[in-house]
Amino acid sequence: MTVLCLIEQAGDGGVADVSLRALTFARNLAASAPEPSGIAAVVFGDAAAAVPALSEYGVTDAYAVELTGYVPQAWARALAGLAAGLSATAVVAAGTDHGSEVMAHLGAFTGLPMAANCVSAGRNNEGTFELVRHRWAGSLLEDAVLDASPALLTVAVDAVPAVPAGEPAATVVHAFRPELGDGDLLVRATESAERSAGVSLATARVVVGGGRGVGGPDGFGVLEELAGLLGGVVGVSRVVTSEGWRPHKQQVGQTGTRISPELYLACGISGAIQHMAGCLSAKHIVAVNTDPDAPIISRADYAVIGDLNQVLPALIEAIRARSS
Amino acid sequence: MSTMSDTASRASAVIIGAGIVGNSLAYHLARLGWRELVLVDKGPMPNPGGSTGHASNFIFPIEYSKMMMELTADSTEQYKALGVFIQSGGIEVARTEARMQELRRRCTAAKAWRIPAQLITPAEVAKLVPYLDESVILGGAHFPTVGVVDSLRAGTLMRENAVQLGALQVLAGAEVLGIDTDAGGRVSAVRTTKGDIETEVCVICCGVWSPRIARMAGARIPLTPIVHQMISVGPVPLFADTPGEISYPIVRDVDTNMYERQHGADMEVGSYAHRPIIVAPDDIPSIEEAALSPTEMPFTQDDFDPQLMEALELMPDLLGDERVGIRYAINGLISMTPDGHPVIGETPEVPGLWSVAASWIKEGPGIGRAAAEWMSGGTPEIDIHEADISRFYGHQRTMAHVIGRAREGFNKMYGIVHPAEQWESGRPVRLSPVYDRERDLGAMFIETAGWERPNWYASNEALLDRYAGRLMEREAEWDARWWSPIINAEHLAMRDACGLVDLSAFAVFDIVGPGALAAVQSVAVAQLDVRVGRVIYTSLLDERGGFRGDLTIMRLGPERFRVVTGGATGMMDLKWFADHLPEGGPGGAQGAVIADQTSAWTTLGVWGPRARDVLSSVTSDDVSHDGFKFGTCREIELGGVTVLASRISYVGELGWELYAPIEEGRRVWDTVWEAGQPHGLVPVGIGVYGTTGRLEKGYRAFGAELDGSYDLVEAGMARPKVKEQEFLGKDAHLAQRSSSPSALLCTLTVDDHRSASGQLRYMLGGEPILTAGGESLVDAKGRPSYVTSAGSGPSVGKHLLMAYLPAEHAVAGNRLAVEYLGEQYPVTVAVAGSTPLFDPENERVRS
Amino acid sequence: MEIAVCVKRVPMVGGKIVVTADGQDVDTRMSGFTVSPHEECAVEEAVRLVERQGGSVTVLTLGPPAAADQLRDMLALGASRAVLLETDGREWGAIATAEAIVAEVGGPDRPYDLLLFGNEAADTGDYQVAVRVAHALGLPCVTGIKNLEVTDAGVRAKREYRGTEEVFDIPLPAVVSVKEGINLPRYPSLPGRLRAKRATIETHEPQWRSDGLTKERLRVPAGESKRAEVLGTGADAVPALVALLDELGILS
Repeated sequence: MTVLCLIEQAGDGGVADVSLRALTFARNLAASAPEPSGIAAVVFGDAAAAVPALSEYGVTDAYAVELTGYVPQAWARALAGLAAGLSATAVVAAGTDHGSEVMAHLGAFTGLPMAANCVSAGRNNEGTFELVRHRWAGSLLEDAVLDASPALLTVAVDAVPAVPAGEPAATVVHAFRPELGDGDLLVRATESAERSAGVSLATARVVVGGGRGVGGPDGFGVLEELAGLLGGVVGVSRVVTSEGWRPHKQQVGQTGTRISPELYLACGISGAIQHMAGCLSAKHIVAVNTDPDAPIISRADYAVIGDLNQVLPALIEAIRARSS
Repeated sequence: MSTMSDTASRASAVIIGAGIVGNSLAYHLARLGWRELVLVDKGPMPNPGGSTGHASNFIFPIEYSKMMMELTADSTEQYKALGVFIQSGGIEVARTEARMQELRRRCTAAKAWRIPAQLITPAEVAKLVPYLDESVILGGAHFPTVGVVDSLRAGTLMRENAVQLGALQVLAGAEVLGIDTDAGGRVSAVRTTKGDIETEVCVICCGVWSPRIARMAGARIPLTPIVHQMISVGPVPLFADTPGEISYPIVRDVDTNMYERQHGADMEVGSYAHRPIIVAPDDIPSIEEAALSPTEMPFTQDDFDPQLMEALELMPDLLGDERVGIRYAINGLISMTPDGHPVIGETPEVPGLWSVAASWIKEGPGIGRAAAEWMSGGTPEIDIHEADISRFYGHQRTMAHVIGRAREGFNKMYGIVHPAEQWESGRPVRLSPVYDRERDLGAMFIETAGWERPNWYASNEALLDRYAGRLMEREAEWDARWWSPIINAEHLAMRDACGLVDLSAFAVFDIVGPGALAAVQSVAVAQLDVRVGRVIYTSLLDERGGFRGDLTIMRLGPERFRVVTGGATGMMDLKWFADHLPEGGPGGAQGAVIADQTSAWTTLGVWGPRARDVLSSVTSDDVSHDGFKFGTCREIELGGVTVLASRISYVGELGWELYAPIEEGRRVWDTVWEAGQPHGLVPVGIGVYGTTGRLEKGYRAFGAELDGSYDLVEAGMARPKVKEQEFLGKDAHLAQRSSSPSALLCTLTVDDHRSASGQLRYMLGGEPILTAGGESLVDAKGRPSYVTSAGSGPSVGKHLLMAYLPAEHAVAGNRLAVEYLGEQYPVTVAVAGSTPLFDPENERVRS
Repeated sequence: MEIAVCVKRVPMVGGKIVVTADGQDVDTRMSGFTVSPHEECAVEEAVRLVERQGGSVTVLTLGPPAAADQLRDMLALGASRAVLLETDGREWGAIATAEAIVAEVGGPDRPYDLLLFGNEAADTGDYQVAVRVAHALGLPCVTGIKNLEVTDAGVRAKREYRGTEEVFDIPLPAVVSVKEGINLPRYPSLPGRLRAKRATIETHEPQWRSDGLTKERLRVPAGESKRAEVLGTGADAVPALVALLDELGILS
């Protein structure tokens, strides 16, 4: 039994963190099967820089697909071809926008079901797959059974930690040329200029969040100032964007941006579950809120009970004093 | 805010609920010197998520209930002092003729309380509210002193003030888990998620959650949460040009049960028109579960759609603008009680557990103050007996009753409610043993305290011919609603011969024990240390000498007194006496117990010149004038039943109240009925007993003439001497006796009933009394003159009004005016004081 | 342009989700319902497109009879036709859902220039209905779109991925799934609301079938309720907060 795993590459050609987690998931899935199984990786582009990580994560065979750029349906077609060729029992991808899209295409033209945002998967004796997957972006869990072969699964981003294999594998790279139709190449991303330099919300190490407690569009100055001091960026809750106080690209949440900073300082945010779904990957959450029983307090690590308009200015002053 | 370690372990009082009421109560208690108070709420400050948080926050000053009007006026003053009141003016608009009459009635009522109000034309409405389509309305009532308040801010300021005084600890985010009581059943502690607090006083101010919290201690607070829908639309282009919260008057589109008020850039549209939607207190979402707040529940669009059309009709351009979006829509939760009044006071079940619940924003601060005064051991300055929690009878405290009445009352929020309007839901509940006799006689039943009582009897229709010409028939439908000329015919027949009245709705309770005399003596004005067999009519006073009750007490034995009072006040009077029993309980040398006997006795009244003839024909006991003196009571045999007969009369005729065991009441009725036929006995209803009979005799009624605002001297009821024993209110009464009263209760007659359109109109009560020139009458204490009771006086051939008049106007023969539905009618002072208009020497009673 | 937008009725949740006692569903007794957030933006986008280009917007949902409420909410935003694919309330998987939609919007006439979807539903988050519909109809598909423009050749769709803007140029007819943030949806006006109330909703009853992915039960993740360590109140907490930031290596 082979579990095939789609690899997304980082800027330097190595394996992106989300795919390390997907590989871990795939490896666990493969290990759950009664018969011996391994994991194979699919890389779209030059696989050389990815090999060390693939090896560390137990990939015996890596298939480098000759395709430039992101062409979702073609990627899916390639996966289908490989899965058939390897008689894969499962195809796994990280549940990113790309991974989900590619897997959706794969499910669509094979007619197979695709289970999105899985947290764990195991094959049982009946040959079906027992899954645990996210609902409500992780605020709820679903236990499900998938009866299909191969199983098409995406892995909930940040839900599975990346764990190298007990022993590294000797990864062999194979070139793979998929059989594609014209339709497969129709939808292709062209990349416009890189976004302006600077930290993005999704990758920021520190995020200072503001919610209804900020009070209005003019109240964000103090958050911007603090974010600047801490080398971070400002994020907002959905209340703020629905009111039109701030643009949607600053929204943290299930339908906004998922953040995973070292520190998330959530100010005047009550902690609706769709918001928490966007920041549960934060390493440390500090809530600043006037309500000691706001829902966010039971999700945060630390809390300051008070008005952000009093706490933040005092914090800024203390930080400045410290560095001077 | 406190952490667990900081929660006070003891408090002088724990107040649960930090809405407008809880905050106001904390403030006023602190002001009155209370310290070590704790305010608890499971939600955060400043908006814990109760009804205060989403309230529409406007105040219309006019109410038909004197209590509600006074509480509103007091609250308005408090809001102004806190700097949170913005005057916007308000207009009630009429779409129907019936409503136009109601608006005239509103303006007249406003005049009675000196609240500015004018009736205005559609064009004038449109001038004040340019976005209102004047072609949709027939006119409006403009109340210029209407305003809006920031109730959250007011509550915050009041709470913080109490904290600054060092009187109050605030525990936000603390949910109440239980209320403990001690062996005596008294409050001993309040348990919360932030710690337990020992206390002997716990006050429930949690609005819609109140019944749930009360249940924790084993008490019942009769209210139900109910939905009231509101939406907010915006941005309204017109409002962009106006600064601040509100620049246009609030519009109450009363015929559609809706209101529209500006709220910054938005228009808030509220509705009481939808089907009543009841939510059980246990079904209110928690703060976490709620998408907005627990009392801002998900909007049910279908229920509001008809109102959208009505609102669009009234304000087509503003609300019909496609750029104006529905930005906010909720099913808001508010509290409703069976009779629409708040629920205030120490719960009858649990000593130390107080309820201050079911308040609107417009009464909140005033209710907080009144409750604080009451908790501090005094009588509130504003008479709030209509809100007393002890007013409810058992059946009225059931959820079925509460919900049934809430449903019925909801769509009448802006309705045209007649002064004599009857409730229908849940009836019948309390039936007298002669109910079926009455039904067979064609009784037209009304309800008092759950009892079905005949207002008049259709079987007496034949009397209409006999007394034609003396019936003061009412031409106008409004005047004649819930009324019949048969009432006046019964009255005349009773005064000619004899009437039989069912008084089973009386509340009766006995006070028994060595301390019984001391118990009644201490609260009654009259001397109670009398011979056994005496019947004493007496008032009860508060410590300021204002009226607290009005009833009769019979001395049935050296250590037994029987109190008889009207059904409407029965439970409150029972609690009053119970609270004033001697300390130390029932046992011992000075002990006394109180026992509710209401369900043990039927009371029938037999009055009229032939009453003695009737009675003597069925009893062998001596009922002669000398043998059975007026104002005495004794057991007699009547048709095989032992009956307690009491020779008094609230209709001013010779006769008796007959008390029989309830299971024998029908037998007594049948016996008297049969005996009375040859003497012309007729059944007589409450129309006579409660109104016509007593008005002619100048007999006062508690809740009408007699309330906390007035005293015995002003009511013309001061006795020649004051008893030497102490009684509640004695000092104040003595002081009142030694100075001249500012006002005097008078009986007035209406000289000319003809309206401008030539119709004869008959006042129903509540109307302002004015000078002949139409000016308001206000006494030296600032109290305006208004009609406390109105009704026919068939024997004197006049329509009678009772009213307190400023001393200088309280002169027989003085010509004044009464305003009724916007028109003025001449009246004359017939009696200044309590001399009866009919049979002034009381010959009939003492015959 | 003729545009069809597919929406889903989902519960409106606050700070906590409660699961029914049998573990099968979210307990919705206290909650209201709404259109899933991405989809509301899809409807708004469709309405804006036809405001500029002419045409009409049809809104479509697969759901229980009460989902008609959501259709009316979308009609109030400016859609002009509503179709309810009525279910008995049980859950439909992505494959069956897509099939039901295809049966409604497919057909020889191919009446729609554009089929819009939300990127994923708030509750199930399956991500795939739009793509499956596109394949069944043989149409190009882009997902997660934050910007949509009509061009001479079709549409230009943009989205962001890991800091980069991806641009897709595809011909019409096409399938596009959008994400919240593509626009800020309008609030319905009162006249809009009344028109929605009066509109007829076409109803069909598609046949349910299993996807092969069977829900066993739902549960709330364990260990969610910790209690934050309170550093202090108001500005008094700042020293402790600074110490924490230092310890975490944020201040350096």
